[in-house]
Amino acid sequence: MFKQINDSRAETVTVQLNGNEVRVVAGTTVAAVALTAGLSFTRTTPVSGARRAPFCMMGVCYDCLMIIDGQSGQRACMTYVKEGMRIECQQGAGLIPGESQ
Amino acid sequence: MNNHYQMLVIGGGPAGLAAATIAANSGVSCALLDEQPAPGGQIYRAVEQAPELRAQLLGADYQRGKSLVENFRASRAVYFPNTSVWSVNEQREVGVNYQGDSRIITADHILIASGAMERPVPFTGWTLPGVMYAGSGQILFKSAGAIPEKGVVLAGSGPLLLLLAWQYMRAGVKIKAMLDMTPLGNRIMALPELPRALLAYQYLTKGMTLQRELKQAGVEIKNLVSDLRAEGDGQLERVCYRHRGREHTIETDLLMTHFGVIPHVWLTQAAGCRHLWNESQQCWHPQHDEWGATSIEGIFVAGDGAGIFGAKSAEYAGYLAGLQMSYAAGAVTRGERNQQAIVYRKAMKRDRHIRPFLESYFHIPREILAVQNNDTVVCRCEEITAGQIREAVANGHQDSNQVKYFTRCGMGPCQGRQCAQAVAHIVADAGGKSVSGQSCFRGRPPVTPLNLEQLAQMKRRQR
Amino acid sequence: MMEADVLIIGAGLMGASAALHLSMRGYRCVVIDKASPGRHASGANAGGLRQLNRDPAEIPLAMESARMWHQIRDLVDSDCDARFPGQLRIAENAADMDKLEQRAALVRSLGYQHEEIIGKKELYQMVPALAPHCVGALVCRQDGFARPYHTLTAFRLKAESLGARFYADTEAYQMVQDGEGWQVRTSSGTFNSTFLINCAGAWAGKMAAMLGEPVPLQPKALMLMVTERLPHFVDPVMGAASRKLSFKQMQNGTLIIGGALVAKLDFEREKTDINWEQLMESADTVLHFFPQLKNVRIVRAWAGIEGFMPDNIPVISASGMNKNLYHAFGFSAHGFQLSPVIGRILSELIIDGRTPLPIEPFRIDRFNSAI
Repeated sequence: MFKQINDSRAETVTVQLNGNEVRVVAGTTVAAVALTAGLSFTRTTPVSGARRAPFCMMGVCYDCLMIIDGQSGQRACMTYVKEGMRIECQQGAGLIPGESQ
Repeated sequence: MNNHYQMLVIGGGPAGLAAATIAANSGVSCALLDEQPAPGGQIYRAVEQAPELRAQLLGADYQRGKSLVENFRASRAVYFPNTSVWSVNEQREVGVNYQGDSRIITADHILIASGAMERPVPFTGWTLPGVMYAGSGQILFKSAGAIPEKGVVLAGSGPLLLLLAWQYMRAGVKIKAMLDMTPLGNRIMALPELPRALLAYQYLTKGMTLQRELKQAGVEIKNLVSDLRAEGDGQLERVCYRHRGREHTIETDLLMTHFGVIPHVWLTQAAGCRHLWNESQQCWHPQHDEWGATSIEGIFVAGDGAGIFGAKSAEYAGYLAGLQMSYAAGAVTRGERNQQAIVYRKAMKRDRHIRPFLESYFHIPREILAVQNNDTVVCRCEEITAGQIREAVANGHQDSNQVKYFTRCGMGPCQGRQCAQAVAHIVADAGGKSVSGQSCFRGRPPVTPLNLEQLAQMKRRQR
Repeated sequence: MMEADVLIIGAGLMGASAALHLSMRGYRCVVIDKASPGRHASGANAGGLRQLNRDPAEIPLAMESARMWHQIRDLVDSDCDARFPGQLRIAENAADMDKLEQRAALVRSLGYQHEEIIGKKELYQMVPALAPHCVGALVCRQDGFARPYHTLTAFRLKAESLGARFYADTEAYQMVQDGEGWQVRTSSGTFNSTFLINCAGAWAGKMAAMLGEPVPLQPKALMLMVTERLPHFVDPVMGAASRKLSFKQMQNGTLIIGGALVAKLDFEREKTDINWEQLMESADTVLHFFPQLKNVRIVRAWAGIEGFMPDNIPVISASGMNKNLYHAFGFSAHGFQLSPVIGRILSELIIDGRTPLPIEPFRIDRFNSAI
């Protein structure tokens, strides 16, 4: 849906997005990464399984919840990428506590 | 982080920055808590780090934030980024998450400058991936330099729509359509406010300039659009609407809507401040006096979190609140406070001349706020439809809070931020209490994420 | 002026239940509430349907109420989202087990079978997610939970369909005996009725005093926390033998955590304030039993205003002073499960002059020597 205005001087980090390695600009949010990496959705809802993607981008809608570094229910728009971060789409209510995906 | 400060500012936007700067410079021991990693709030988001090109594309108003942030950095206020506040109470105990740890600190004076958020307006298909707010587009632009890849449809009613369209146009984004849903009647309703608005004519001329430049760039603005719908299978594929009596469809994977902004009152609510419905701005305001003092002693508000008056006004209100708190802390005399306040009061008054006109012109019609299509999802978190809300009212649940307990509207992770307005309007529309006669969803802490471990380790650390 | 056979003060669970049972037997009821139905304890509680670990005086009432709960749809045309996965009091060590075994013995000696001791093996069969150090539990298998506000709504709608009328935002200012009946002046006008019932929850003490029979009711606010939704991982409701804990996973996957957590309360202003110290303690207790929940987010903490009696059992009684006046209040944070049977008891007292259930221990004048 989105692309980044090119800034070749920008520092990058490598993260894992749904198991795939992606190089992203440092200092961006996980939500921005998801939207610029071509994901069409970032979670399915626990109520109906409907697909959702980041919506408000400022932490007030909780629609961008993803599993980040093994923890479900993380707001992707409020989380900034770090080297080696593992980012996954969240299905429904996420993980049974104590279990990893 | 200390356990106690003379003054705590919650929020790193213009109001918070101004208040912290002026108070710290007056000698008050002041800390600013910001959930973002760098100062600027949403309006000046990432302004310190913005590459030259990005700042230019975003415009001069955005760049104003840079000097505001520089002054703040140069002041003696202590800055805590990546710090969220999950609770404030009447005793001015503040629950914070700082560097992964939770703790409760206290302050003599607290300024809650939590800013604004987009007015959530449910419409058919608004939950589809690819539907976002105009403000979301701005945030992506400011914080990540990200712009729509395959074009965008913009729709709604409000000044931000025009600004975003202009910013996108300059960045080369294909604006497939701009759908202005402002009703015809508003132009007439707003006329009486025009004389006063002329006192802040720069806003009017700026608006006209943006429109002209858009037109020159070939961006078509359709007026008096209605019946907006987003459609697609698991993601947005097209936008449908009515214009000049006919049905229209545009293929698009991105739709950005804007229906004004409203104060983000969840922290002031949870703190127990009194709130009143403001019909002109169509939102709840925390009740406050001319210095920003709320119904709770020692707790102040300033900026768009107190009422929508824009970034410049937020700055002036921040200075005024900062002055009052400095006076209350004994750092300036009453005379000094009054003297320094003069220029800010004057500037704020001048800046606000545009508001009655804007509020009237961009007044959102009741039928849009009181979602008419009963199949439309209103509570995004719990997926409750307008029809379910109306059914609850028919069963005797007469106000927002009762409807919430019965339907679970507002009980999901966002705690009603995205549905409170719509629920109140639908309830009133369905024969329940009037919007101003209902109280907002009862706000409760924690207002930002707090997990069991963070709670528990506060206990363990005490042992 | 408005007329009714019975005027009920308080549109919470007890008031709605009373209105239903009386309406079922043809009595015209009016229920008034100074706020909206279920505004306080009835809408804010944890929804526990518990017979386990009750004061012996309450056991016969709780057992009868449990029978009603298991057929609640027949009564109010709704299942109130009730579930019955059982309730446990968990023992962590031998001392805990002793305590529980004594309780089990007491209950058996009174002739009841509903509370059983289970050992480690069965405990972990019931709650596989539990931390491994626990040794056994006391269980009531027929216990469970429902949704309080839905329950209240179901009772109210059924009562309304049988002719009961509910008036919100209606505060009672004055209650005067008018011959054998009552005249009640309220913010919505004056009501005349033959019978009067005081079900005013945390405000019932105030009402009782106005009616000339003060009681030592203490309003308190108890807190609960609710988490984000989680996939289903635990069935029964959990309590602990020697820690404050009330823990359950709701139908929608959220966890409701409580257990006698006391909030700060300004009763006059009806304002509650979260007591974070207590919530910290509670979170620590939860993680003690379920350490894997450490990253689970609390979405909301709240407190409901409830009425407590010094002996921790309610008042369910005819007035000791006035004719045609009845009281049902002071449920001390464990009234939800009793609400169906309380309404029936009140209807029996009013219509038949007596009830088959033993309500002697709940007399309103039991405190007289104390005042």
